[in-house]
Amino acid sequence: MTLLSIDWILLIEKLVLIAIIVFASLGIALYTTFAERKVAAVLQDRPGPNRAGPFGLFQPFADGLKLIMKEEIIPNTANKFLFILGPGLAMTAALMTCAVIPWSSHVELFDRTIDLQVADINIGILYIFGVVSLGVYGIMIGGWASNNKFSLMAALRGASQAISYELAMGMALIAVLMLSGSLSLRTIVDQQMEAGRLWNIAYQPLGFLIFFICAMAECNRTPFDLPEAENELNFGYHQEYSSMKLGFYLFAEYVNMIMSSAVMASLYFGGFDIPFVDEQHLVATNVLSQNVVALLGVLMLLVKIAIFIFVFMWIRWTIPRFRYDQLMNLGWKKLIPLALVNMLITGAVILWLGK
Amino acid sequence: MGTIQILFYFLSALAIFSAIMVLLSRNPVHSVLWLIAVFFAISGHYVLLNAQFLAIVNLIVYAGAIMVLFLFVIMLMNLNAETEPRKHIWMKLAGVVSGGCLLMMLISLVRQAVEMGGKKAMMAEGNIGLIKNLGHALFSDYVVPFEITSVLFLSAMVGAVVIGKK
Repeated sequence: MTLLSIDWILLIEKLVLIAIIVFASLGIALYTTFAERKVAAVLQDRPGPNRAGPFGLFQPFADGLKLIMKEEIIPNTANKFLFILGPGLAMTAALMTCAVIPWSSHVELFDRTIDLQVADINIGILYIFGVVSLGVYGIMIGGWASNNKFSLMAALRGASQAISYELAMGMALIAVLMLSGSLSLRTIVDQQMEAGRLWNIAYQPLGFLIFFICAMAECNRTPFDLPEAENELNFGYHQEYSSMKLGFYLFAEYVNMIMSSAVMASLYFGGFDIPFVDEQHLVATNVLSQNVVALLGVLMLLVKIAIFIFVFMWIRWTIPRFRYDQLMNLGWKKLIPLALVNMLITGAVILWLGK
Repeated sequence: MGTIQILFYFLSALAIFSAIMVLLSRNPVHSVLWLIAVFFAISGHYVLLNAQFLAIVNLIVYAGAIMVLFLFVIMLMNLNAETEPRKHIWMKLAGVVSGGCLLMMLISLVRQAVEMGGKKAMMAEGNIGLIKNLGHALFSDYVVPFEITSVLFLSAMVGAVVIGKK
C-alpha cells in the first residue's frame, strides 16, 4: 500500500513500535522510582513505602497523582516559554535514545518480519552520543529560565559536568568500535551473540568501567548529583518547578537511567543475548518458534537493565556526593587519560593479533 | 511527491524560518535556541543526502558542544534587550546596503560558476558520506591535511590551557 510513495504499513508498524517502547519505558520508569525507595529502605534497614496497596505496589501511582494535583506555579519573573520548554526537552532527550536500541531480534506477525528496533542506522553509537550531548539543554534552559541564582548555578554545574564526562565516554566507546568495526548497535549485539565469541565486557573491562562511571555522571546520579546538591543549592536547577513539570525532571532522570542501562547492556553485555544458549540453533531445530525466542530476548535485556539499575541505586545509597573539584579531577585527570590508555591498548592488541 | 520531497521542503522551510528567527529574536538566548533548530534542519538535509556521519557530527559538535558554550557565555553575561546599545539609523542603513551587495555578489558568483552548472544533488544515494568511505578518504587521500588540522587543534588546546593558567 503506497500513497504519496510512502510505505504506510511500514510507517504504522514503526509508530506502533515507538508507542510501545515509549510507554513501556515510562511504565518501567514509574516502577523504578518505587524500586529506588525500596532499595534505599533495604540499605538503610527500614521497611520503605508499604501502605498503598499490597507491599506498597501502588505507591508510584500515588506519587504521580500527588504531583499532578499540586498547584502549578510559574514565577512571574521567569521566562514563561523556556520555563515550560525545559522539562519537555529533558524528557524528550531522555526518550530519544530508545530509537536505536535493539530490543530483540525480530518477530513474525501477519506475514511480516518486524525488527524489534525502531531504526537500525549505521551511526547508532554516534546517535546516542548526539542525544546525550543534547540532554544538557533541558537542565540549562530550565535553570536559566527560572530566573533564580541557585538554579542558574546548578544548571551551569550540570552542563559543565555533562560536557566533561562526555569526552571520556566517547573515548571508551571508540575502543568498542575498534573491536566491532561497526557503529550499528544491532551489528555490535549480533557479533557478541556469535558462537565462540565472548561478550564485549571480556575484551573491554576498563572501557566498561569508564563508560559506567560516565553514564552515572550523565544521569546526574549520586555521587555525581551536584546539579541538585540540596545542601549547597537548595534544590538545584529545578528549584522553581512545581507540580508535573518537576515530575518531568525527576522522571527524566529515571528514563535516562533505563536508557543508559540498555545501552550498556547492548554494548558490553550482549544486549538481548541469552547467556549459554544458542538462539539460532533453537529456532533452526524447531524447539521454539522465532517469536518466542524474540520475546525471551526482550525479557533477557530487561533483566540486564534491571541489574544495572539496581547497581545504580546501590551506589547512590552507599557513596556520598563528590566535591566539585574532585568531580572535575576525576573526569579530566583520571578518566580521560585512562580512556586514552584503554584505546591505545585495544588498538595495539588488535594490531598484534592481526585481526 | 515522494517522501524525500516532502521532507526536503519541510526541512528547508524549517531552516529558513529558524534562521530568520535567529535574527529577529530580541532575547539572545532565544536566538541561540533558534540557531540550534537551524542545525537540526541542516542535519536533516545531510541525512537526505545520505551523509549520515556528517549529519550526526554536525549535531554533536555544533548543537551539543559549541552552542552549549554559547549559552554559557550569554547566560553569564546576562544580556538583555534594554542593555544593548541602540544603533543609529545610518548604521542600520549602511548594514542593509552592504549586506545586499554581498548577497548579490554571492548569487552572481554561484550562477556563473562553471562547476555549478548542470550539477544535481544526489538524494539518498552516493556513499561518500557514510562513515566507512569518509574515514577511508580522510586517512588515505587527505591524511596530511587531516593530521595538520589535528596539530592545529592541539596547539589551540595548549593555548587555552596557558591562558587559563594566568
